[in-house]
This record gives sequence, structure tokens and C-alpha cells, in this order.
Amino acid sequence: MNKLIYLDNAATTKLYPEILKEMEPYFSEYYGNPSSIYQFAQKSQKAIDLAREEIAAVIGAKPEEVYFTGGGSESDNWALKAIADAYENKGKHIITSKIEHHAVLHTCEYLEKKGFEITYLPVNEEGFIDLDELKKSIREDTICISIMAANNEIGTIQPIAEIGAIAREKGVFFHTDAVQAFGHIPLSVEDMKIDMLSASGHKIHGPKGIGFLYIRKGIKIVPYLHGGAQERGKRAGTHNVPGIVGMAAAARLAKETLKGRIEKETSLRDYLIERIEKEIPFAVLNGSKSHRLPNNISFCFRFIEGESMLIMLDGKGICASSGSACTSGSLDPSHVLLAIGRPHEIAHGSLRLTLSEENTKEELDVVVEELKKIIERLRGMSPLYEDFLQTQTGGNSNV
Amino acid sequence: MYSEKVMDHFENPRNVGEIQNASGVGTVGNAKCGDIMRMYFQIDENKIIQDAKFKTFGCGAAIATSSMATELVKGKSVEEALQVTNRAVMEALDGLPPVKVHCSLLAEEAIHAALWDYAQKENLHIEGLQKPVEDIEELHR
Repeated sequence: MNKLIYLDNAATTKLYPEILKEMEPYFSEYYGNPSSIYQFAQKSQKAIDLAREEIAAVIGAKPEEVYFTGGGSESDNWALKAIADAYENKGKHIITSKIEHHAVLHTCEYLEKKGFEITYLPVNEEGFIDLDELKKSIREDTICISIMAANNEIGTIQPIAEIGAIAREKGVFFHTDAVQAFGHIPLSVEDMKIDMLSASGHKIHGPKGIGFLYIRKGIKIVPYLHGGAQERGKRAGTHNVPGIVGMAAAARLAKETLKGRIEKETSLRDYLIERIEKEIPFAVLNGSKSHRLPNNISFCFRFIEGESMLIMLDGKGICASSGSACTSGSLDPSHVLLAIGRPHEIAHGSLRLTLSEENTKEELDVVVEELKKIIERLRGMSPLYEDFLQTQTGGNSNV
Repeated sequence: MYSEKVMDHFENPRNVGEIQNASGVGTVGNAKCGDIMRMYFQIDENKIIQDAKFKTFGCGAAIATSSMATELVKGKSVEEALQVTNRAVMEALDGLPPVKVHCSLLAEEAIHAALWDYAQKENLHIEGLQKPVEDIEELHR
């Protein structure tokens, strides 16, 4: 078996051992329920209070504005459903984009069934929404704008501060799904005028099953899970203390290492993009070159299909992902790739590689060499490529 | 997710390629859905499939079913080849995940398409052979 090369950090990340170490005491040593009165349990409560402060500090929020959840999807669901519930008397219109994560899109579809009207803003070829179009879409009855900070598939970073300013000026709440952005790029809820922000622990080398929702003070919000008084009575259920401690430790670490990590990952990212563009023909970069998550590389390779590529990479110990239909169980390729204008047959040939700071240049060299072989092999089997070569008169194909 | 047989036929696909001046060529599927299969049959005067090759754009299951389907039809008469159903291809591969069953349907249709092309060229009637559809998803929806 080849040495594992993990390039799917947008799916999930390795829990760092030092973070696990911080979590460990809260499993079987300080296992008290933080809601209990005795001193023993107060140890757990203290850990949660501290975690809330640490997470708030990363985004420039107040600790009481941070609500712990079971993860990014829950945060997205809660944000939109709660705004819809609390403000439907003001209006039933929500603006989002076509390239949001399904946690946002499917929640919006649910709200449509409940009588809400949703505007799905298109994006341009690089994946950006148009700010003028956003402005024009805002109506009297618009209650919320939900635009992701950075896209999970193509890495495009939206002009969050500009969106926040527009929303604030119009008196509309701004929610951002920052699951891919939190801990990866600087985020400030004050500077960017963000009213609600969703994030998750396991995308930043923290544990799975824990996330948070930032809710700006003053926003009416209805309880999401009914039960105990946890999370200011808004989200009942005994706290996942080790998870919370782990996410906070990961957030703290992410904050401390942010600058160096961005530099390192950006240079690895650009190295890989450059090599692929130079050495693999008929490869199209998805997303923006300048406003892109430091860890995201996304390409479409023409004439081949993504799942085949993934299985062959897996055979070489390389973990990657694709927006091809076959990886989703549906016939349609990724809604994100279609939204940026990739035709179906090209969108099927997508490959996403997402870095962590632990990846090395040597690993990326292995990936490029393997990828070249795999793509050549799959193109050799592809009737689309055969047809394409036949259209190239005089055999001027550069393959 | 895939059986060992599927993985074997995906990693070491049999009969990849083209046949120049083939007796019959059939292409099914569409790029929109992410699978296209093209099969080439060399058929002798006794209506025996002497050689079969394929080219496929698609997922692991699409490549593996193409490989297995061409293996199954080789050496068979055109009438026998018509009996190579999607179920036969699946069974020979020790099964497919439910979401990949359509790949085996595509393989069956590709066999029919290549035979149809052969019958057209030779002006033959093959009992039980119907004009293939290009969009397999429409047929089996």
C-alpha cells in the first residue's frame, strides 16, 4: 500500500493530537453535566465558558453571541429557519445564491414549501455573485441574505464585507455559511457586518459533531431544540463538552497559525495549479485565481469522468473528491459547477484537492505524476476523446 | 462499495480499444448523465462475434460493465449475444451497488446497439432485436 496522501481537507481534517489531548479529560475525568450545581460539574461549565470566549475572539464576537450546535449543517438550518420563524411578519423573502451548500439550499427549499419566497442569485464563471444584482434583489419583504463566505467545491471567496454593508444599509439580516472559511481566512463579524455565521469544528482539525452559530445580539431568535435551558434556552441538550473544548482548541490554534498557514497553503496551492495547468492538457481551473481559499484546488478534466479518477487515485493512496454525478448518487453533476457555466459533460470530470498545512510539495509532485498517468489512461478509454481527436484535422492535438 | 470483480474489471479492463472496419459499432448513453459506452464487434460469416472492444466515458461501474459485457459476448453468436442481459452482466460482476444498476442497463443497450448496426449493414433481421435507444435513462425510468 502506498503512503496515504490526504487531499480532502474540505471534507474533513485530521484531529490534531494536541487538540485530542485537551479534549481527553472531559470524557472520563471531568464528566460532570455542566448544568449541575456541584463543584465537580462546574469544571465542565468553566471549560464551556472558556471555549465560548476563545471562539468569539476568533471572529471578533462577544462570547454570549456564540451558540454551540451539532455542526455546520445544523447551524445553517437553525439560522435560516429561526430567522424565517421570528421575522415572517416583516416579510417572507430570503436571498441566497445558487452555489450554497445543500445545508442552505435544501433549508431554503423547505422554507419555500412553507410559503417563503427565495431568490437564488446566479454567479459568474469564477463563482462570484454580482453585488448590483444583490442590491436589486432586496425588497420590502426581504428578511435575510444568506451567502457563503467561501465555496466548498471551487474555493471562491465572496466579497463578504461588501455584502454585509449592503445588507446592513438595507436593514436586512446577513447570514454567512463560513464552514469552509472559518479558521482558514480572516473573518470579523464587526468589520464584515455579519449578523449570523455558521461554522464547524472538524474542518479546522477539531472534532466532528460540533459546530457553532454566531447570532448578533439583538436578533430575535426562536428556540431550535426545545428542552433544557442550555445555550440561553435556544438550543436544548446536554453540552458536548469534549467537542466544545476540542473545537475551541482548534479555533485558538487556527487563529494563532492563520498567517503562516495561509502563506504555506497558498504557495502549495499555486504550485499544484501551475503544474496541472502546464502539464495536463484540457484541464480547466474552477473558481477564481485571486479570491480563492488557500487550500482549494479544483479542476475539470475534459473527456473523463470524476469517479473513475477518484478510484484510480485511491488505488495510489491519494484521497480526493469530485463533483461528478456518480459520487453523489444522482445523475446531475455538482450544482456549483453547473452554476459557473460548466457544461454537464465537463462538470462530470471534476476533481477537488484540498490541502492542509501538513501536505508537502513532494506529495503534490506524486499527485501530479499519478494524475497525468490516470488521465491519459482514462482518455484512452473515452469515446468522447476519440470523437474529439477525430475532429482535430491534421492531427494537431497536443496529446 | 464495489465488489472485487468490479474493481478487477475497472482496474484491468478487458477489450479496451477500437476495431477498424468493425462489423457493428454501437454508442449509447449521453455525456449529460455522465456515461457513454461505445462497443465494436467483429462478426464472422457464421454470425459469431470473433472480437469485441469498447470505449467508455463513465464511472468505475460503467467501465467494469463494459469490460464484462464484451467478455461475455465474445465467441457467441449474435442470437446468443442478445441474451446477455444487464442481469447477466451484473451477476458476472458479483453485483453492483443499487445506484449503479443503470450502468449494466447501458452495457446491455450497447450490445444491442452494436448488433443493430451490424444488422443494418448486413441487411439482416435478428429475431428479438429492437432499435436501441440512445438515452437509456428514458427507457428504464
